[in-house]
Amino acid sequence: MSEPNYRWPARDKRRVMGTRVNRIDGPAKVSGRGKYGSDINQPGMLFAALLTCPHAHARVRSVDIKEAQALKGVTAVEVMSGPGTVIQWAGTEVAAVAALTEEIARDAVRRIKVDYEVLSHAVKEEDLKAAGGRSKPAGEVLVGDPDDAFKKADVISEGEYGIPVLQHCCLEPHGQVVMWKGDTIEYWPSTQNVSGIGGDLAQSLSIPAANVHVRQDHVGGGFGSKFSADRWGVVAAKLSKASGGRPVKLFLDRRTELEIAGSRPSGFARIRLGARKDGTIIAWESQSWGTSGPGGGGVAATQLPYVFVNIPNKRVNHTGVITHTGPARAWRAPNHPQASFLTCCAIEDLAAKLNLDPLEVFDRNFQYTARPEVYRAQLRKAAELSEWEKLWHPRGQAGPGPVKRGLGIGVATWGGLGHASDCRTTIHPDGSVEVELGSQDLGTGTRTVIAMVAAETLGLSVGQIQVKIGDNRYPPSGGSGGSTTVGGVAVSTRKSTMNALQKLLEAVAPALGVSADQLEAVDGRIQVRGNPAKSLTWKAACQKLGVKPIVEMGRNDPKNPMGMISQGVGGIQIADVSVDVETGVVKLNRLVAVQDCGLIINPKTAESQVYGACIMSICGALFEERIMCQQTGRFLNADMEFYKLAGIDDIGEIIVHLDITPEHDARGVIGLGEPPVVPGIAAIANAVANAIGVRVPRVPLTPDRVLAALEGRRA
Amino acid sequence: MKRSKDPESQAQPKGLSRRGFIRGVGLSGGAVGLLHPEGEAAPAPAVLGPGPVPITLLVNGKPHKLEVEPRVTLLDALRDRLDLTGAKRVCDRGTCGACTVILGGKAVYACSVLAIDAQGKPIQTVEGINAGGRLHPVASAFVNQDALQCGFCTPGFVMAAKAFLDRNPNPTLEQVRKGLGGNLCRCGTYVGIRQAVLEAAKQMRGGARNV
Ligand code: FES
Ligand code: FES
Repeated sequence: MSEPNYRWPARDKRRVMGTRVNRIDGPAKVSGRGKYGSDINQPGMLFAALLTCPHAHARVRSVDIKEAQALKGVTAVEVMSGPGTVIQWAGTEVAAVAALTEEIARDAVRRIKVDYEVLSHAVKEEDLKAAGGRSKPAGEVLVGDPDDAFKKADVISEGEYGIPVLQHCCLEPHGQVVMWKGDTIEYWPSTQNVSGIGGDLAQSLSIPAANVHVRQDHVGGGFGSKFSADRWGVVAAKLSKASGGRPVKLFLDRRTELEIAGSRPSGFARIRLGARKDGTIIAWESQSWGTSGPGGGGVAATQLPYVFVNIPNKRVNHTGVITHTGPARAWRAPNHPQASFLTCCAIEDLAAKLNLDPLEVFDRNFQYTARPEVYRAQLRKAAELSEWEKLWHPRGQAGPGPVKRGLGIGVATWGGLGHASDCRTTIHPDGSVEVELGSQDLGTGTRTVIAMVAAETLGLSVGQIQVKIGDNRYPPSGGSGGSTTVGGVAVSTRKSTMNALQKLLEAVAPALGVSADQLEAVDGRIQVRGNPAKSLTWKAACQKLGVKPIVEMGRNDPKNPMGMISQGVGGIQIADVSVDVETGVVKLNRLVAVQDCGLIINPKTAESQVYGACIMSICGALFEERIMCQQTGRFLNADMEFYKLAGIDDIGEIIVHLDITPEHDARGVIGLGEPPVVPGIAAIANAVANAIGVRVPRVPLTPDRVLAALEGRRA
Repeated sequence: MKRSKDPESQAQPKGLSRRGFIRGVGLSGGAVGLLHPEGEAAPAPAVLGPGPVPITLLVNGKPHKLEVEPRVTLLDALRDRLDLTGAKRVCDRGTCGACTVILGGKAVYACSVLAIDAQGKPIQTVEGINAGGRLHPVASAFVNQDALQCGFCTPGFVMAAKAFLDRNPNPTLEQVRKGLGGNLCRCGTYVGIRQAVLEAAKQMRGGARNV
């Protein structure tokens, strides 16, 4: 028999893929039975607490841990930032304590005396002029002849826009339970990188990666911030070892979680557009800046203009601003939401200046994108679903009364493909099926998708597949980043289950009196193609294996996706808001998301991804922002009262339209975690400008900023 | 952060009547558990601690004896001492609702109630309402409506929704939106949660209530 044909079954032949399946780990999660890393309790477990630095910039002179060590119930104290260490952001770990209870560990932390030489700090980046020596220009990108194009332009539109640093704010904080006993480590982290994080920890501890056993059933959010073992993982392991190998639980408290465990770079820009009267952009000029923390950074210079990459004449400058703030980590669609916001706001402002419908201006400029027809169709669909024709009005013409309604557009793109993934399928002689991957389910529905692909291939139901993920002893799968998980695990699962099926067909072929290639697996049976009368039940077929299970591997090779997965999607969102111009309060009426998505394995969880992404955008547009205090160098709102997230009553109505078409389906599987989180902030900001008649230059669109913009002040 | 004692635990060790409970409180969330009708004088508090003191918690119908320092929250007692980890610790200060349990019939933030103050009243956790491998109608509606992603906020939402539906068996969408305002989700599952609460209400009115 030749290599099986791994390609996805034709759309009309799929029995499981493409149906709406409840996530298979739902019952464990809703009942509280499912265990997250922070839920792990082990016999003899100790609790650890961290001492963190209150200064944004300081040199550690001395750390005195004697009194902490002397406290009854303390088993170990580790210094993490010893004398001479220069601290670059507040919240940096200085020491850690393990003790019998968390209360004792916290008491001990208070007894540690640290002497700091406090150094001068800078934690703000909103004003580029004030950045001075902290600026790191990235060099100019020049395309065409922007100076000449601006001269020829019928109109020049200029604006300044800004989007602050946001935090990941995973509800499950970063941390782990870890037990370092003898030369092996049992490790229960909160991670989006089950197969990789053990090696990371091992490297920091200079022990073989093979000695670290990682387990994680569930993870309470990651969004890009939970790939590595981090200093807290390393110190927890050391505390365990120093405590005679007892397991240690160390999870960050909320303040520390927000301060140091992940942020996304800010993006500010002054943008000039030169255009013809009909809205066609002929020149782009931008000076952007932002911060990723101590390294400068900000939104990558190459990201502007966003989506409209082929504008013929461009001058793009970017300056990273160094700040003494917790460093950035990848944040769901790195760079994209900020770049979408900056670009789409500039285009909306151009449309307003030309007195044109932005629908028309976006449409006209889609010629500069990689996929003009996809965007045009999506824009039409989004306009229809948002009742654009009925509800849109020229900027500022929302009519009388204090509550003004407006609509706005945001545009997105994203990559996809699949990470490296290995899968092992075991078909047991009793008919049970195990599918094992060292992957993780971030809440995206990965487990369920694996079960669906396996069930589809083997002709079984989802409930007959035992999906085993969350253990680094399973075949390795990549970390969940870049929306590459579904592509990776779908292909490896498909190949591995198909390889296993082929072995099964070979085993049962003699009993059915045909060759294996004349057999198929459908509806819980192995049958002669198209002839259910000549068949064996799945169970009876598996019994033919005698005592020996079938074990087969399958791999997704990122360099050779075999046409089963793809990359490159578009997405358009239209927001509909009402703004009270007396109070400045913005209310979201509706957010419409049109998203192309390739082959959708589980529309139910796929839609949830888009709903969730829209809600995250609403958070970013209206509520979320890290507020740094230059006086103290501290993150002022590092808690959940004032680092605001949207609640259930803040999100209006969300309409999700997955662009499921034969053409998109034929492209294969494409990840959906990131693309829909990109355009929402832009759409909402543009809707507010449309409603109130002026641009509110910076998000989140809090009442003070809205009122300031209305009064012509800078917020 | 409210860490005040709940006088009701002394005044009414048997728990509240349903009517008293409806009269006294708002819709959901932790602050609710700390309110008490005006005029009910709190008796002089007995001095306990600072070392571990023996307490008994009535969790999911069973008394549990444990020794905790008086400063230990109900949440930490449940999670660290009783291995009931369904209630999550997220903000640890009464903002997010991930730690919601039902104490004496009311949804409370378990991070904002001291374990010693939770004595004498029945405590229901998410494990309790889903005991025996059978999902409570609220929980199964969450699965059906895909009202969860990472699931870390979910047990808290399930408990808040149950307490809400116990008092508002026939809510409108508008009431659901207001009634579950005491819980936060980072993954953005609110669309599913709204539908799940409405579905559960229907189920429970139809007699599927199991607790
Ligand atoms: S953990 Fe109790 S309200 Fe957030
Ligand atoms: S499902 Fe992840 S926080 Fe709510």
